[in-house]
Amino acid sequence: MEHQTFGGEVTIPHHAPTDDSKKRIWKTTLILSIITIIELGIGYLLYATDFSNGLDLALKGVVIILSLSKAFYIVSIFMHLGDEIRNLIMTIIVPLMLFIWFIIAFLADGVSWKNLRNEYNPKEPVKYEQQATPEHEGGLK
Amino acid sequence: MAQAAAANTKWWSGGKSPFNVEYGKLMMWYFLMSDTFTFGAFLISYGTVRMSSNSWPDPNQVFNSLPFAGHANLPLVFVSLMTFILIVSSVTMVLAVHEGHHGNKKGVVKWMFWTIIGGLAFLGCQAWEWNHLFHQGAWWGRNPFPNADGTVATTNFSNFFFTITGFHGFHVFSGVIINLIALIMAQTGVFEKRGHYLMIEKVGLYWHFVDLVWVFVFLFFYLV
Repeated sequence: MEHQTFGGEVTIPHHAPTDDSKKRIWKTTLILSIITIIELGIGYLLYATDFSNGLDLALKGVVIILSLSKAFYIVSIFMHLGDEIRNLIMTIIVPLMLFIWFIIAFLADGVSWKNLRNEYNPKEPVKYEQQATPEHEGGLK
Repeated sequence: MAQAAAANTKWWSGGKSPFNVEYGKLMMWYFLMSDTFTFGAFLISYGTVRMSSNSWPDPNQVFNSLPFAGHANLPLVFVSLMTFILIVSSVTMVLAVHEGHHGNKKGVVKWMFWTIIGGLAFLGCQAWEWNHLFHQGAWWGRNPFPNADGTVATTNFSNFFFTITGFHGFHVFSGVIINLIALIMAQTGVFEKRGHYLMIEKVGLYWHFVDLVWVFVFLFFYLV
């Protein structure tokens, strides 16, 4: 079981992990669960309390960072990327850094689009009138 | 990983994997990267459209129902359940891979079974959510929910919701099928004969990816 080379591809066989790895799995599960509960707590807080815009954004930022840390744990420990050769890790992580530019650029574009539209093509917002029966067969109108 | 021994090896001299992994595992990683960009593109386009809108439906007003709870207002409860189901199924998947490393066929079969159950439970929840929203009048091209500021919303909200959760749900579904095939292969002794459970590892990578995507879908649709 341990000395698989897969037709010569694998030089250093992935040794069967010690029982330390089972402890690692449960420890990581606990961390992920705690982070999720904190996220849900903040999420509920955001719903239940009327925060100022700045604090609202700050809390959302915290939740996003918590989710990113969850991603780190899942990829590094559950998917074992953290145990792989460093160059392999880099071929995965480095291209994904494109997302940083991707996200900032597109969200900034979206905000700019909104501001330009409001300035040059403002439309009277239509007030929502509550429909009589919300529960109905969802057929075509 | 024996990084010290790794440092002394000529990795790029040919005749072996420079990353010390089997071809199939490496290709699964690169497939997952491509899928990451696909989901990333969907989520970022959703973010862009939402940022460009003056207002957007409040998720806590839209997603506040729970099966068997009637008309109770319970924001975040159902989606939290779905998130925990998927995280637990990821843990059972890791445990299946762990058993595979020890060559324990019975353990692999057991944990793969529970992973599949978790996947099916998640799909059931998602199906309930979709059906519930559909009966409230939501669908592609139809959005009955108002914006948070009280104005009429566009169909962007429901279009993005159904498209992205649908795409993700399809990945969960295909993941369940793949897990089932792997379970059957494990049970019938295919991996025992090969001498390794690498297929379980590869299938596990796909399943963790599915869980990861949900973490971000849940974040950007329901939480922030």
